[in-house]
Amino acid sequence: MCGIAGIIYRDGAEHAIGDEMTRMLQSMKHRGPDSTGYALYGAPGNGALVMRYKLADANTPRDFDFEDRLRRHRFEVESRLAALGARIHEVDEETPYAFRVVFDYDGDLKLLADFVEDIPEAEVLSLGHSLEIVKDLGDAESVHEVYGLAKFKGTHGIGHVRMATESEVDIAGAHPYWAYPYSDVAVVHNGQLTNYFMWRRRLERAGRRFMSECDSEVIAVYLAEEMSKGATFEEAMRGSLDELDGVFTYIAVTKDELGVAKDELAAKPLVLYESDALVALASEEIAIRQIVDHEIDTYDPYEREVLVWQR
Amino acid sequence: MAAVGERQISYDARGLAEPLAEAPRSAVVEDGVATFDARDLTTRTINLELRRLLYEEGVDEVVVQNPQGRHSLGVGILRRCKITFEGSLGYFACGLIDGPEIHVKGRVGWSACENMMSGVVVVDGNGGSLTGAALRGGDLVVTGRVGARTGIDQKGGTILVCGSVGSMTGFMMQRGRLIVCGDAGPGLGDSMYDGTIYVAGTVKSLGIDCVPGEWTDADTELIERKFRIYGLGSPPEFQKFVCGKVLYNYDSLEPAERKLVI
Repeated sequence: MCGIAGIIYRDGAEHAIGDEMTRMLQSMKHRGPDSTGYALYGAPGNGALVMRYKLADANTPRDFDFEDRLRRHRFEVESRLAALGARIHEVDEETPYAFRVVFDYDGDLKLLADFVEDIPEAEVLSLGHSLEIVKDLGDAESVHEVYGLAKFKGTHGIGHVRMATESEVDIAGAHPYWAYPYSDVAVVHNGQLTNYFMWRRRLERAGRRFMSECDSEVIAVYLAEEMSKGATFEEAMRGSLDELDGVFTYIAVTKDELGVAKDELAAKPLVLYESDALVALASEEIAIRQIVDHEIDTYDPYEREVLVWQR
Repeated sequence: MAAVGERQISYDARGLAEPLAEAPRSAVVEDGVATFDARDLTTRTINLELRRLLYEEGVDEVVVQNPQGRHSLGVGILRRCKITFEGSLGYFACGLIDGPEIHVKGRVGWSACENMMSGVVVVDGNGGSLTGAALRGGDLVVTGRVGARTGIDQKGGTILVCGSVGSMTGFMMQRGRLIVCGDAGPGLGDSMYDGTIYVAGTVKSLGIDCVPGEWTDADTELIERKFRIYGLGSPPEFQKFVCGKVLYNYDSLEPAERKLVI
């Protein structure tokens, strides 16, 4: 079933979106109790890059060598970043297996991501100047607590609660998906794609990598591919209506924009609230009401609609 | 705008939301009208309080304040009464009802008034998809616009939408009337068996076996009566759509069956 949510402030100022997104997602826990994910946009810190990566899954078997391996792999990530000429400013250990690194780097992002992911079990969850993807097993409140999202301030963000239907319950299968190797683009999706394998093979031949068996990952990678060919964010989203088959409502974000697209049957729900201050959207109005405490006017977009807002 | 973060949903050891609940008995009855605030109540306790007032206390009119878009409110009410929700409702609002007169001062989510048997529901705001799914009787009036598949499997009654409707409206409709004052999305009346759809605006495309129908005096009378009852002013000009019945194959036999008969 899955639940998706998004919020974007029009004033471009920083708000407590870590808290707000948590309240929205927690209210939709009944739509997906397996895992919870966030793609949040903080303030771009004078050109530095933020990378979130993981070195194991939350439910990977903890064998004899586990901790030692994590230590070695973590050291390997940092030394490979340094080898590419990146200057690391800070490294946060969010959980024993998930890390956040801030560094200066002006080279090729694909090269950097590939070099990091060459390390066994390493996966780059997000890479960008302001994008940070946090995802883990459990409901929104537990992920919020473990990753300390209460202190996260930002301009916009999206989130996802997952009820796994097509692939494993693990972090790799959790949303949002980063549009590898495109900086600052992420996607959350509610639905199923029926031409997933066709697109996956096509995109793999074009040099894109897939880290999960989850059909939703293809949307993020598809958007990245189209944008790298010169399409704008909105054009790429419009193109997806014809190119992707199945049922979907997905929310995609870039560092300045938040967009939503619905399939031609309008099979999956979305409720939209627009005010002068912000735009909030979610699978259910109950989620929007967690951040707006008065009666509001909301509506459901129709089939084949693509809507994009700027921060 | 203030944040509403203080209220938390409580879960039991199995991760289920509030498994056992009792009616909060928080309603105030004044001149035969019971009023209670749903802000700090849960879905289950709101419905318990509603049923307690209507069935135990015998109150005929209830006002529910601050429903805050919660799901499954006002379902399964099987007696004549008057209920006012002062705010928006979520999914499955007022489903399986028989008799009440309900006023929603806000919007409704997906599947509002599903399988309603009789009564009246008036929604001031917009509706989600599947509004009036499998409606059996009564009137459902939505002042705003509604999502996709409105009146899917409708088996009776009247759905009146003042705004536009999405795709596949009246899908597999079997009986009843669906009146749309705005525009209709693609696939209008797809695979309908019977019933009538009226559209005042443009129709993006007709579904399979949905054809324009012939206007009669009975249609004019119906539209004018419904507009008069709900105070919607003078009705615009409508187009009428009915089932073309080319998919009717009830009497024809399957090839295998034909051999047996011969």
